[in-house]
Amino acid sequence: MSAPGSNDTEPWPLWEVFVRSSRGLSHLHAGSLHAPDAEMAVRNARDLYTRRNEGVSVWVVRSSDITASDPDAKGAFFESPRGKEYRHASYYTESEGVKHL
Amino acid sequence: MAASANMARNTEPETVEDPDGRARFDELIAADQRVEPTDWMPEAYRKTLVRQVSQHAHSEIIGMQPEGNWITRAPSLKRKAILMAKVQDEAGHGLYLYSAAQTLGTPRDKMTEDLISGKAKYSSIFNYPTPTWADMGSIGWLVDGAAICNQVPLCRASYGPYARAMVRICKEESFHQRQGFEILLHLSRGTKEQHAMAQESVNRWYAPALMMFGPPDADSPNSAQSMAWNIKRFSNDELRQRFVDMIVPQSEVLGLTLPDPDIKWNEERGHYDFGELDWDEFYEVLKGRGPANAIRLERRRTAHEEGAWVREAAAAYAERRRQQSEKAQAA
Repeated sequence: MSAPGSNDTEPWPLWEVFVRSSRGLSHLHAGSLHAPDAEMAVRNARDLYTRRNEGVSVWVVRSSDITASDPDAKGAFFESPRGKEYRHASYYTESEGVKHL
Repeated sequence: MAASANMARNTEPETVEDPDGRARFDELIAADQRVEPTDWMPEAYRKTLVRQVSQHAHSEIIGMQPEGNWITRAPSLKRKAILMAKVQDEAGHGLYLYSAAQTLGTPRDKMTEDLISGKAKYSSIFNYPTPTWADMGSIGWLVDGAAICNQVPLCRASYGPYARAMVRICKEESFHQRQGFEILLHLSRGTKEQHAMAQESVNRWYAPALMMFGPPDADSPNSAQSMAWNIKRFSNDELRQRFVDMIVPQSEVLGLTLPDPDIKWNEERGHYDFGELDWDEFYEVLKGRGPANAIRLERRRTAHEEGAWVREAAAAYAERRRQQSEKAQAA
């Protein structure tokens, strides 16, 4: 799989940006941007995705370094949880009305 | 707004007809779900989106110029800071949108190339000049106001990366409209000259702002398809009406009039009636014969060319750092 940045038409690689909005929360994907190197990517990410106090921490990762599940196999790949409602608390209804359960 | 697995498209922009993919696409659209970059999509859908999203990105980038023009002459430090923040937002909006367009397989450089060669279009509104400070107010109130009207429904557009970019943009855009309204309000309540300046500016921007929604529905051949694909949610005329209904009462708060003698509340329709617009002018400006087309493109081209050494230096620096770290690892 090729990524923008790995070919001649995109001289700068693409980076995915993750922003932590406050301490104690996870970094969430905010978007992507182009930058020549990681340091510039972090600076650009600050300018592009945290102009209004959106974050206290930024991660950048080269898009080409992300391994994704095969989009065409989504049915089969994510099938196993289906039909296993007993993995959710809502499956157990007989305790309805019982407190602290 | 690209997601990792989008990139396959970049080397493979041609869509091969795929019956299963088509069935899945039709299902997604029928269920009003989002289409993501890795999904199969019809070539025409992809092309429509590339055109719309890149035009939108270009508009944000070109839109920095009429206001950037006023940063040095903004009447106070506060207004300067606000205007700089707004212009910076527009650069950001352009970048979100370019990223969204890239997920469709169009390289960034190709889009830039199309813009500065004059091949790609951008919103005709930015081809009008901004000779007075009041124009900063009118752009915020009317131009950004019309843009918000257009953009809020786009947050539900069927293409995921575009819709997500629009959510972010709409959040930031509301400050743009309010600050414009405030500029006009202060001028309107100021001296006689200031009031006249605000009124003169609104007179110039009213019709072009209404034309931002595009030609009347009867003359907008692509609209029906875009609506069927859930890219567009409301017709040009519906959105235009919605906008007029909002700005008429707002103009009363401003103490300014709108330059259309046909504006009148229509009890039966529950909307304001308004007059015909001069669509010949719209098409002239769109074709590049507007008052500022040449200046805008020239400015963009110069900025791009004069920035080339910065891009090259950054790339060379990154490459040297990479080589150094490789050498260090080998040692």
